[in-house]
Amino acid sequence: MPAAAAGAGRGSWRAAPLELISLVLLLGTWQVLATLFPGRLFPTPVAVALELWQHLTDGKLLADLGKTLSRAFLAFGIAMLLGTAIGIAFGRSRLLDRLFSSWVVIGLNLPAIVIAIMLYIWLGLTEFALVLAVVLNKLPLVITTIREGVRSFARDFDDLARAYRLSFWRRMRLIWVPQLMPFVLAAARTGLSLIWKIVLVFEVLGSDGGVGFRISVFFQFFDIKGILAYSTAFILVVFAFEYLVLRPLEGRVLRWRRGGGQ
Amino acid sequence: MIGPELRLTGVGKRFDWLPDPLLDELSFTVAPGEVLALVGPSGVGKSTLLRMIGGVDTVFTGHVTIDGVEAGVAPPAGFVFQDPRLLPWLTALENIRAVRPETGRDEAVALLARVGLAGYEQAYPHELSGGMQRRVAIARALSVNPRLLLLDEPFVSLDRALAREMELLLTDLLDADHPTAVLVTHLNEDAAMLADRAVVLAGRPARIALDYRFESRRGSRDAVEREHIASRLAEAALESVR
Repeated sequence: MPAAAAGAGRGSWRAAPLELISLVLLLGTWQVLATLFPGRLFPTPVAVALELWQHLTDGKLLADLGKTLSRAFLAFGIAMLLGTAIGIAFGRSRLLDRLFSSWVVIGLNLPAIVIAIMLYIWLGLTEFALVLAVVLNKLPLVITTIREGVRSFARDFDDLARAYRLSFWRRMRLIWVPQLMPFVLAAARTGLSLIWKIVLVFEVLGSDGGVGFRISVFFQFFDIKGILAYSTAFILVVFAFEYLVLRPLEGRVLRWRRGGGQ
Repeated sequence: MIGPELRLTGVGKRFDWLPDPLLDELSFTVAPGEVLALVGPSGVGKSTLLRMIGGVDTVFTGHVTIDGVEAGVAPPAGFVFQDPRLLPWLTALENIRAVRPETGRDEAVALLARVGLAGYEQAYPHELSGGMQRRVAIARALSVNPRLLLLDEPFVSLDRALAREMELLLTDLLDADHPTAVLVTHLNEDAAMLADRAVVLAGRPARIALDYRFESRRGSRDAVEREHIASRLAEAALESVR
């Protein structure tokens, strides 16, 4: 067996300690700065950790996190499904692409806050308006990424499929989906990072709960410890998702790329 | 089991970007178990003919039949493309089974062993050398249809040593299975080595400049005889442009 196969997967484990060191470095820098500039508005990481623990045990942190995450994942799921379908259609049909590409350009460049305000005015400060606003912000990004993915499909593989009379479903499973997966994962990663931010901003703008809402309450009292505690909790969730879901998924789906690729 | 008969009758093909048709009223037959080399300069229409026989290109005039069945609806041939064209996200074994789900794991393993790749079942294409990738492509073709092989410049971009190695492998396979095979090549030496007969194509629309059935069996030809055949094919190509 070639060594490349046996060695596959070692890279990510080798990188893990470095990433851990990077986090420790960040916390250390924070601690040093907080010690150099002590004050109520610049708490140390230890103080923030204690605050986080307090919110976790007797505050509303879990409920708020649950609310924000459910909004984010709902919007993410809808945007990914819709965006992938539309992106494939645009990638396959030049007519559709030409007809609607200016819509996508508008969607990509319209400030997120404008969409949110318009939807809140039209639909009221509702859950539906919030999720729809997030979906509309994320959708153009997914569409363009997937469209480029479809455009980059190797035509040679279509010839292969024709020569060997592969059925539509086998072509889909064996040829198209694997070619699209790197683009879907790229759209998922960039999309998630965008959604986390947008959901929080929209929650600040108008909602009855969630991390963004709570941070806006803390802001009114200049409670920087509370803001940082909630932000830390949120970042921990993002890290958990990155390392427990996205990276293993990426490693599994793209394992054929390790050590090179064609 | 001997391979099928191929029959091309009045075949024509036109591309929008070419002023003249590429092919027009071209006809020839390949006998069951015969290895035919399609020889001629680049762009003469050799690969296009192969795509028609393989059912990849179905937009043309005339008829291409495999044992009397139109090529587009006939069972697929074992098609070996100019490049290995392996799916990079599948292992060698999976690449074989991808094109023919009925191929069992043991059968695929045996096919890989037959082309000299025992032990490489779980290797991804990027873990294999160029020559090994082509061997997988041949194993894949054999899994689909060992009776009818369509070989499109199978040695292109290989160094001479590797090309020689592949020639020997193909010679063994052709001798063992007696498939009907069409070998597209621009190298007369390859035709002299592997084929029973060569059709030299020239001009536009392409016409048959020479239909040459070699006198000796392919395995028994020495270097001098192969040289003689290659020279004859080169002369025919040269005469056609005079």
